[in-house]
Amino acid sequence: MSTSKVEQAGGAGYRWVDDRLPAAKYLKKQLGKVFPDHWSFMLGEIALYSFIILLLSGTFLSLWFKPSMLEVVYDGSYLPLNGVKMSEAFASTLDISFDIRGGLLMRQIHHWAALFFVAAISVHLLRVFFTGAFRKPRETNWIIGVGLLTLALLEGFAGYSLPDDLLSGTGLRIAQGIMLSLPVVGTYMSFFVFGGEFPGTDFIPRLYTVHVLLVPGIILALITVHLMLVWFQKHTQFPGMGRTERNVVGYPLFPVYTAKAGGFFFVVFGVTAFMGGLFQINPIWLYGPYIPDQITAGAQPDWYIGWLEGALRLMPNIEIVLFGQWNLSLNVLFPAVILPGIIFTLMALYPFIEQWATGDKSSHHLLDRPRNAPTRTALGAMGLSFYLLLWTQGGNDLIASTFDVNVFVITWFMRFAIFIVPPLVFVITKRICFGLQRRDRDKLLHGYESGVIKRLPSGKYYEQHQPIGDEERAVILARHEAPQPLPIPAKHDANGIKQKGYAIKLLQAKLSHFFYDERLPIPTAAEIEEANHHEAEITADRDHEIDDARTKAFAPHE
Amino acid sequence: MTFLLARRRSPWATALLLLLALVAVGGIYAAASGSTQAEATAPTASTTMIEEGRELFLEGCSSCHGLNADGGYQSDGTVAGPSLIGVGAASVDFQVSTGRMPLAAPGAQAKAKPPIFNEEETAALAAYIGSLAPGPEIPSPDLYDTTGISPEELALGGQLFRANCASCHGASGKGGALTDGKYAPTLANAVPRNIYQAMLIGPQNMPNFPDTTLRPEDKRAIIGYIEAIRESPNNGGVDAGRLGPVTEGIVLWLLGLGALISVAIWIGVKAK
Repeated sequence: MSTSKVEQAGGAGYRWVDDRLPAAKYLKKQLGKVFPDHWSFMLGEIALYSFIILLLSGTFLSLWFKPSMLEVVYDGSYLPLNGVKMSEAFASTLDISFDIRGGLLMRQIHHWAALFFVAAISVHLLRVFFTGAFRKPRETNWIIGVGLLTLALLEGFAGYSLPDDLLSGTGLRIAQGIMLSLPVVGTYMSFFVFGGEFPGTDFIPRLYTVHVLLVPGIILALITVHLMLVWFQKHTQFPGMGRTERNVVGYPLFPVYTAKAGGFFFVVFGVTAFMGGLFQINPIWLYGPYIPDQITAGAQPDWYIGWLEGALRLMPNIEIVLFGQWNLSLNVLFPAVILPGIIFTLMALYPFIEQWATGDKSSHHLLDRPRNAPTRTALGAMGLSFYLLLWTQGGNDLIASTFDVNVFVITWFMRFAIFIVPPLVFVITKRICFGLQRRDRDKLLHGYESGVIKRLPSGKYYEQHQPIGDEERAVILARHEAPQPLPIPAKHDANGIKQKGYAIKLLQAKLSHFFYDERLPIPTAAEIEEANHHEAEITADRDHEIDDARTKAFAPHE
Repeated sequence: MTFLLARRRSPWATALLLLLALVAVGGIYAAASGSTQAEATAPTASTTMIEEGRELFLEGCSSCHGLNADGGYQSDGTVAGPSLIGVGAASVDFQVSTGRMPLAAPGAQAKAKPPIFNEEETAALAAYIGSLAPGPEIPSPDLYDTTGISPEELALGGQLFRANCASCHGASGKGGALTDGKYAPTLANAVPRNIYQAMLIGPQNMPNFPDTTLRPEDKRAIIGYIEAIRESPNNGGVDAGRLGPVTEGIVLWLLGLGALISVAIWIGVKAK
């Protein structure tokens, strides 16, 4: 069979490259790299593609956006703002929206892509957390990921603030208030950042540099490292038949994943463009230019800052005045600085905390099913419920006006719920996990319920059980036996001398007990064998009984 | 003349004269009586309206506002309804024509609902309360008629709206929550007359903006701006209720990320 014209052309191109670059050997090796397959492994890709869309649309916007606080009189096409004095930043954003071809579409694509970016990072992070993909050797990549999330929040907030509309300015005013709440350095910091009193004329140009150069540069660099680490450490995989800690079962990068990932990029781009074209976002012309004495009802940040807004709205108004002159604004400092500080620190350190509690120093390339790590899953669900409560509280005024509820009632409900709901969620999730583990155990021992109902001659009904398939068995058996909790250390040694580092060891042991006190043993191979055998015997007995009765019933009467 | 003189003794003459006299007397009487009626109409009708309004008031409002509209008290001494003396006809027209009064149930704030009284009854009530003491009159239509408003006035209206109204009603006039169950209602369905009256009288939790604070032309500009953004097309596509980032976030998660994750699952499933 002769080669087609396409193959000939491809071959020629390939030879042209290979004659000049030693590409063939290298590419053959790299393009053949195998990646495991699961839909949840594509969540991070959404973030990556959104970032590319952000770079492209952002470049378009930067051609017309003027990061300047110079006061101008607007004379563009949007009539209701004609003749109004505003900053050049706001006026140029209006121009992009109304007078530059495709400008509004690009602005909306940019904004939707920004929301997508953070949302995809968040769900990707949840996937990594709940499947234990952060375990050794991937702790570094987890920390990079947490760093990327933080930077994404910062970058998003900077972008939200740049157009200098009423919402932007309100957000910046809150940010400045948070700076002011920092003890001792707050006031200096605010004056330094804003170049004087708020809002001043320096901040927007400074923020622009941060938004288009500094933060995206760092994000780009970190994404590169993030992906390189995935490449070199190899991707984790879910347990299944033939999947071990030492192999990767999946498809090669070329042609399978190049096609899938390439196609998915266009889907992400398509959905973002669809939303940018059909769904209005951030109509700055309705908000108007920022004037420091103005505010709009229902002023909210974009969704990813909503939980911090909620924390601010939740916090009771506690202020401490030290020695009659130094003001410690805990009402702002705690929800906006201390709380996110604690949360991000705990998040970044979590892999090490879990490792320390378990004493597990080995590498893990097989993912945990969330049910098989009940304490971790419950902790994650608890954190998620805490986050969602704060998030809801961030929109308390809109909930109040939409559903006709007293806004104070919502706030007070949340003030209690934030302490009551997360622990409840922890307990419930842990129970669900153990319940699922028991079900797995049951399936292993007694098979699955086949749906075949039989009636015994005695009149009793029973449902026949069937042994589960090999794939499912492999998945269930991949659960690691939970480690024994570390023993509680003795305070004094044999000679009655206090042990060195007793407190730390005690804490570690307590933590270990918290993680692994409750355990459900995995049935041994012998147990499974016996149970299956027993199950088969019962089935055979019953079938026999039924057959006997049938033969008797149909036997000719004498 | 000779024609008439020749026939002055005719038997028809008497009849004709009588007829002429009757027509003259009847005509004069009709003219005279007509004019007296016209002169008397205004005061008589107004008094009837006030009387009618008083009766409607006694029926529908006095249980809270008191029999003389000077305020009513509950048995424990708390105010059931404030005194209406001096609130003016504009206030009555606003509260009653938007259905806020009569109150359905006591609460943080009177809710707008389909009006209980029709236009005539509302006018009668307004006339009665207006007659008790001087207060803001119902504005004449030319004050709030915004046809032919200029772009300059529109821009001024926008600036005044953002400075004075947006803090409670929101930049796009969709309303918002206030403290303790109170709220600023949406302006989506407010008619110009009521918007003008609201600014004039400051109903419920709203501050009032008398003509010394916002000149009548300022009020008209604000009404023009509200109408303009209400009627303006949604640049950029379907809005999420113009409620800001919260609803945009909901659209993103439910629609946007929902779609992308569905596609991811689809790609994942295909590979099996």
